[in-house]
Amino acid sequence: MAMVIALVVIVVASVVFHFASPWWFTPLASNWEQLDDTILITLVITGAVFVAVNLFVAVAILRFRHREGHRAAFEPENRRLEGRLTLLTTVGIVAMLAPGLYVYSEMIGPPADATGVEVLGQQWQWRFRFPGADGRLGRTDTRFVALDNPFGVNPDDPAGRDDVLVDSPELHLPLGRPVLLLLRSRDVLHDFFVPQFRAKMDLVPGLVSRFWFTPTRAGRFEVLCAELCGLAHYNMRGLVVVEDEAAFRTWLAAQPTFVAAGGEGR
Amino acid sequence: MSEHDAHGEPRSFWTKYVWSQDHKVIAIQYSLTAIAVGLVALVLSNLMRLQLGFPGAFPFIDPARYYQFVTMHGMIMVIYLLTALFLGGFGNYLIPLMVGARDMVFPYLNMLSFWMYLLAVLVLMAGFFVPGGPTGAGWTLYPPQAILPGTPGTEWGIVLMLVSLLIFIVAATMGGLNYVTTVLQARTRGMTLLRLPLTVWGIFVASILALFAFPALFVSGVMMLFDKLLGTSFFMPAIVSMGQPLKHAGGSPVLFQHLFWFFGHPEVYIVALPAFGIISDLISTHARKNIFGYRMMVWAIVAIGGLSFVVWAHHMYVSGMNPYFGYFFATTTLVIAVPTAIKVYNWVLTLWRGDIHLRVPMLFAIGFISTFAIGGLTGLFLGNVSVDIPLSDTYFVVAHFHMVMGVSPVLAIFGGIYHWYPKLTGRLLDERLGKLHFWVTFLGTYAIYMPMHYLGFLGMPRRYYAYEGYEFIPASAQDLNAFITVAALVVGVTQLVFLFNLAWSLRHGRPAGPNPWGATTLEWQTPDTPPRHGNWGETLPEVHRWAYDYSVPGAARDFIPQNVPQSAAPAGDDAPPADRHAGEGHA
Amino acid sequence: MSARSGILAALATKPWLPQPLPPVAAPRLPAATVGLRVLLGVIGVLFGLFAIALLVRARLPDWQPLAGTPTSPLAGLGPLWTNTALLAASSLALQAASGAARRGRLAATRFGLVLAGAAALAFLAGQGWVWWLFIATGHFVASHPAASFFYLLTGVHGLHLAGGLVALGRSVARAWRERSCVRVHAGVARCALYWHFLFAVWLVLFALLASPPATLAALADICGIR
Repeated sequence: MAMVIALVVIVVASVVFHFASPWWFTPLASNWEQLDDTILITLVITGAVFVAVNLFVAVAILRFRHREGHRAAFEPENRRLEGRLTLLTTVGIVAMLAPGLYVYSEMIGPPADATGVEVLGQQWQWRFRFPGADGRLGRTDTRFVALDNPFGVNPDDPAGRDDVLVDSPELHLPLGRPVLLLLRSRDVLHDFFVPQFRAKMDLVPGLVSRFWFTPTRAGRFEVLCAELCGLAHYNMRGLVVVEDEAAFRTWLAAQPTFVAAGGEGR
Repeated sequence: MSEHDAHGEPRSFWTKYVWSQDHKVIAIQYSLTAIAVGLVALVLSNLMRLQLGFPGAFPFIDPARYYQFVTMHGMIMVIYLLTALFLGGFGNYLIPLMVGARDMVFPYLNMLSFWMYLLAVLVLMAGFFVPGGPTGAGWTLYPPQAILPGTPGTEWGIVLMLVSLLIFIVAATMGGLNYVTTVLQARTRGMTLLRLPLTVWGIFVASILALFAFPALFVSGVMMLFDKLLGTSFFMPAIVSMGQPLKHAGGSPVLFQHLFWFFGHPEVYIVALPAFGIISDLISTHARKNIFGYRMMVWAIVAIGGLSFVVWAHHMYVSGMNPYFGYFFATTTLVIAVPTAIKVYNWVLTLWRGDIHLRVPMLFAIGFISTFAIGGLTGLFLGNVSVDIPLSDTYFVVAHFHMVMGVSPVLAIFGGIYHWYPKLTGRLLDERLGKLHFWVTFLGTYAIYMPMHYLGFLGMPRRYYAYEGYEFIPASAQDLNAFITVAALVVGVTQLVFLFNLAWSLRHGRPAGPNPWGATTLEWQTPDTPPRHGNWGETLPEVHRWAYDYSVPGAARDFIPQNVPQSAAPAGDDAPPADRHAGEGHA
Repeated sequence: MSARSGILAALATKPWLPQPLPPVAAPRLPAATVGLRVLLGVIGVLFGLFAIALLVRARLPDWQPLAGTPTSPLAGLGPLWTNTALLAASSLALQAASGAARRGRLAATRFGLVLAGAAALAFLAGQGWVWWLFIATGHFVASHPAASFFYLLTGVHGLHLAGGLVALGRSVARAWRERSCVRVHAGVARCALYWHFLFAVWLVLFALLASPPATLAALADICGIR
């Protein structure tokens, strides 16, 4: 009997906890509400199965627990029942997978007008780089990295001369404009994660990874590193400030270009 | 005949208990070593929880130590406890007994396997005593971080870890060759493949997975050792580490991740399939009912084993790999949910119309169904590529994999130990202590991991030493973390009750007799309990029926052991056996 | 009925129905042979994964092939072809020894075993000689990725052959201890199987290490590696 009670209590407590929990997704600040919807679909389906399985076990124990003289049935299999359950499961799986893959195809296809912004990670800080007036980021290479050229921008690449360098962990983004983050790392794996934007991606040394989103809510959002990157992983802080276009322009104009930052001399 | 007939029963203490080639002794050696090293990992997890629940209250847990604890806890639990205990412990003990063999087919190799395993454990533990301590790279050991400054244990720890893993893989391969060949070659007369108990099926397929998945870890381990010790660039791209340009160039960290997870995902099923098998047998035995849909259960084990090799990159959705891989791996991952779900249905349908004896092994089995259900269901979030993206690397992942491949397999192990301890020792484990152990462990793990999912929804990243000063995390999250820590400590301490029970019942447990649960499988039909060297006395048993003849209509007792001939089963009706379930539609 | 359909049929039987007790039958193959076949599968996967790692790594821009130009370390493939011939000879000698053992010709078996062992040792020495050539021309293990793979793959392959030599040594000892081939043949046949397998692995490794980048890229395409 204790098992029956325990299972019922687990189910009830889980459901109550779910609705009473103060810990839930942060309010969305990007265009990925479809993603939140898919999570909700998944939660409803899996939650129903969780409740059903536990309650079924509880009822089974209640009805068929050992009593004197009681004997179990003999039933090797029931192909029809197993077939139906397989079919039902498949339907449930499709109901989760289809929207999931649909959202995914959106997530890996950035719109053509998305602004490319580079995110550069190193142990344990963030930097950012915007393309200059030419709209192109200059090429980079690890061998150009120096104290006065933390991004490793190739000084001989004309496209890099007007790049705007943000040598601080604070990134400003304009509200409502799609942004394509181009992620690079100087040393180890990192992961650019802003919970309110939902999307995240690893920074991998040796290659450029990417993801995109559109900020939909003005505000200040914390950047976390979500891939273990050593001792100060937990403290690799950054900030994204989403603001209107004018404020963003003002901020961007105040940042130095590669030439102005002294990267030209070499 | 078995090669074992060549040499008689060992006489001296050393040949009997130390350099033993008897599968039963090796099983116990494997199990005790695994439990011992598992205790170390348990203590490490509680130390981690102390820091998370009460940050800064224990100053000796600095970030370096914290990450070392994280890493060693994970690696020990997955490899050196779960894999070793299921295959080396349960596999070694149960395979020969359940298939009706006198021993493994290669007893010498079997002995060597254990000593290699012990060596691997010692090399791993040596990490705690070398300069710089054990590695703190996380159990995934991702390069470049694992071998660069800024991570603890890059002096010696990482080398010892990799060397220990390579030794372990050799040990596991020796064992796996034995388990697979024994099941294929040494089954007794009448033991057809579909008469094998599901425990054997689970361990058999898991051994095949281990044989073919561990090479991927071996390859990645050797290549990382080259990168670390010889300065090659297999996984190491051009890097400026702490301001210093390194000599490496051109390597691919993502290649390591592919290799690691090509091992790492089958590893999940190396642990899960034996648990599936054990749980199936516990439920059937203690519900006095045949396992529902036996053939489907076998096919599901085989299907899961095969599919487990084509889902690995679902661990890498945010790794920077080719994004189009996401479609393929999300689909394969969710497909694998179908055979897995079938297994859960068949367990609960076995309970239906059963005669459920809620003895301690059964409590653990039912607990397993519940925790495995939640762990499997949360896997559907993480396998579905887009849903995974916000949740990956958060506490949701931690809660998920602890439920599905931490708590659930451990419950299966406990259930299995309570179930088979009487065969090992001739005595039952104490029931009251067992119930105390079960209830605290089962409810305690729910208290730990259920709310932890919600910290993941919130977005709290895993592998964080502290969460101070993050505005999006409400202060209440810290209270929750403190609660989780208290629950974890309680569950941790309760395991001492289990250890005490193991030791105490050895002398003082109730005598069990040869078959205390009324089970059908061969290990309960041995002439001696505990079984002697060679298992079966003069003649090997003959198998006449499947492993699940429980509550057969017309039979006098509610179980018929596998070695009872069809004609010898006490009659009661003259109906041909093919009809004995006719007309019994499912309720 | 083929073995495959046999297994499928076995997996489709309804085990709860009574089945006749099968006759007592010794297993068709000795356990050691089955174990060896499984082991070869494992080793095959091991080298397969090494090969895939090589294909992935060769796609990255800093890959310099080992052969193809006058300055590359494998500009002349002669030494490696010599080694290949030695390993082939070793494999053939073992095959001959196995055949002789089957026909009960103990002296020929002993001769074949010794010849195979000597040729295998010569192969290992030859591989060491190629390592020395690499070092002498300044191609160290960390010099460039293809060189790293050369040392790694030849080293792992050589270790497997060395392990085989231990088993071969036991077969040699038994061949000298026994007076007939009855208890010798099975072990020699297993050594031969292992040798053929390692020879095949070596051919694949040789081909991969000596291939130009275009060939490796084409192989990688076939494997779906991007």
